[in-house]
Amino acid sequence: MSTSRIRWHIVVFLAPAVLVYTAVMIFPLFNTLRLALYSEVDQTRIYVGLQNFRTLFFDPIWSEQFWNALGNNFWFFLIHMLVQNPIGIALAAILSHPRLRFAALYRSAIFIPTILSFVIVGFAWKLILSPIWGIAPSMLDFVGLKSLFAPWLGKEEYALTTLALVSVWQFVGIPMMLIYAALLSIPEEILEAGEIDGITGASAFWKIKLPLILPSIGIISILTFVGNFNAFDLIYAAQGALAGPDFSTDILGTFMYRTFFGFQLQLGDPHMGSAIAGAMFAIILVGVCIYLFGIQTRMRRYQL
Amino acid sequence: MKTKFTALALATTALVASNAAAQDVTITIESWRNDDLALWQDKIIPAFESENPGIKVIFSPSAPTEYNAVLNSKLDAGSAGDIITCRPFDASLALFEAGHLADLDDMDAMSNFSDVAKSAWQTDDGSATFCVPMASVIHGFIYNADAFAELGIDVPTTEAEFFAALDVIKEDGSYIPMAMGTNDQWEAATMGYNNIGPNYWKGEEGRRALIAGEQKLTDEAWVAPYATLARWGAYLGDGYEAQTYPDSQNLFTLGRAAIYPAGSWEISGFNAQADFAMGAFKPPVMNAGDTCYISDHTDIGIGMNAATANADAAKTFLAWVGSPEFASIFGNALPGFFPLSNTPVELEDPLAKEFVSWRGECESTIRSTYQILSRGTPNLENETWGASVAAIKGTSSPAELGQELQTGLASWYAPQQ
Repeated sequence: MSTSRIRWHIVVFLAPAVLVYTAVMIFPLFNTLRLALYSEVDQTRIYVGLQNFRTLFFDPIWSEQFWNALGNNFWFFLIHMLVQNPIGIALAAILSHPRLRFAALYRSAIFIPTILSFVIVGFAWKLILSPIWGIAPSMLDFVGLKSLFAPWLGKEEYALTTLALVSVWQFVGIPMMLIYAALLSIPEEILEAGEIDGITGASAFWKIKLPLILPSIGIISILTFVGNFNAFDLIYAAQGALAGPDFSTDILGTFMYRTFFGFQLQLGDPHMGSAIAGAMFAIILVGVCIYLFGIQTRMRRYQL
Repeated sequence: MKTKFTALALATTALVASNAAAQDVTITIESWRNDDLALWQDKIIPAFESENPGIKVIFSPSAPTEYNAVLNSKLDAGSAGDIITCRPFDASLALFEAGHLADLDDMDAMSNFSDVAKSAWQTDDGSATFCVPMASVIHGFIYNADAFAELGIDVPTTEAEFFAALDVIKEDGSYIPMAMGTNDQWEAATMGYNNIGPNYWKGEEGRRALIAGEQKLTDEAWVAPYATLARWGAYLGDGYEAQTYPDSQNLFTLGRAAIYPAGSWEISGFNAQADFAMGAFKPPVMNAGDTCYISDHTDIGIGMNAATANADAAKTFLAWVGSPEFASIFGNALPGFFPLSNTPVELEDPLAKEFVSWRGECESTIRSTYQILSRGTPNLENETWGASVAAIKGTSSPAELGQELQTGLASWYAPQQ
């Protein structure tokens, strides 16, 4: 008798989260995808099916911008994977060293940029790297390397890499903290057992600790991927909606913003903007699926 | 007892208010110029009200970035003010086409304005004008007069003299010849291409021919300014590629640069910041004695809500905005925003006077990309920003840039196909 009763308390407890999440996430997501299937002709909205996506991928003017943004986005992601995450792991390994002094101070100092606003980070780095007032040229001058200085944010070939490295500087604290936590959770007995077998120092890191923190590295990679493909703020704060110079720092986020909301004389086109947002969603979805089904399920886990 | 008193007070207030309303018509102005609120309340509105008893004016601005959206929703809901401040070109044209702005062609005050001044608030065929032109900004170059005197440079009038002056400044080395950066991109197009360009494409003649499809962006007149911009690169400061707009302003007002490619809106800021003498010269012409053309860009207009209940009062106000008296108050309170009426206005600021004097010597035109040509995708204005930057940096040749812009424009604009 009692089993067939509806358990109202479950519904009641779930409701706030489900309602809020539906209202602010699920509904807008599907409505954006729906909006991508429409277009506006003579002030009336008409259904055009996949026409917007056809324009985005095959019209030379649109597709050139799209592939440029996507390519830049992959480069942005690559820099994070190659620089941010290895540095984060290395910092965590150093910080977890039992004999390191002032570990807490270093930890906080490295983590602080993460809590700063993008606008502050973008503006501060623009000033640091400014060829006119910045401290970067004078610091290089001080060590006699002035010739190495270039107006990095203004050069097509350096701007995106520079911004990616600024973003790395800002967010290196996240992988550091996650790996640090994972390293701390490795029981001392395992390391001691290794020591008895003659595995110490660096080889203890490579042979014992690294395999044990692999799942955390996987999580960090996927967080980096999602974060980078949704990125927008730093580029917008530093280079504006046109993602200059000559679109060399244009990523999917800025491309979507410019299209959706318009810019200067360019009027906003919510339908094409939604199509780009849809494409971004699909790319992230595919990336996450590859990770979840292709990598995570095959990752070896150790019972600690 | 207290309630009674309050009720009485309220009733009296209501009585007074309704009395006033019976006599006075109140009109409300929608605007994005919240910076000018004090100017309107202290100078413009009292001047109007003292001349037109019976009409009360309320200036009700919103933030510039929100203005278009706020105005649209107010108009749709029927709660917008009687007077609408008009953005130039397509934003206001869309309002007129949707029936929100009244046609003002039959107003006498309209004859106070030139065709160029009115073009920003007309239908494409020019058959209806829906806003009274209020102010424009003029492009040119502001220079550090002390630096020019120190180096013994005369104010250049031809392009050869202009580059000769830049060479002298560069050789001397104590000043950056020209303060401009390419980081924010728009300066290169607005203060670069559209500043010097009208001399090449002969102002309105070229601009109209481009809209009509008789000229192309690959023509010499439209490509040559890029070739000139390409020569600018050598005279800009170190690392100009990453120099932003505020950087350039500061470089100039700190006295570190000699020439600043400018829009007249800089005048009040520069007057406050710079402690050296400044002068201005117009975009140099090719050969001495050539007709000069200046970019006298229409920026603010003012129109009437088609649904207003106080059409007569609103028209009285608009007619007054079109009068020389308004022009004189407005032009002197905001040096650098120039009234558009044909009657000359006596300005007090010397720099502003210099800028506005070019109207008498040169032919006026507006920025080439603003009317009609930036309606489609790719957007010609935005593309011009990138092209001007590429020209200055030398990453593309002028011919390539012309070809690229032409291909983009032709992809959606029928007269160019």
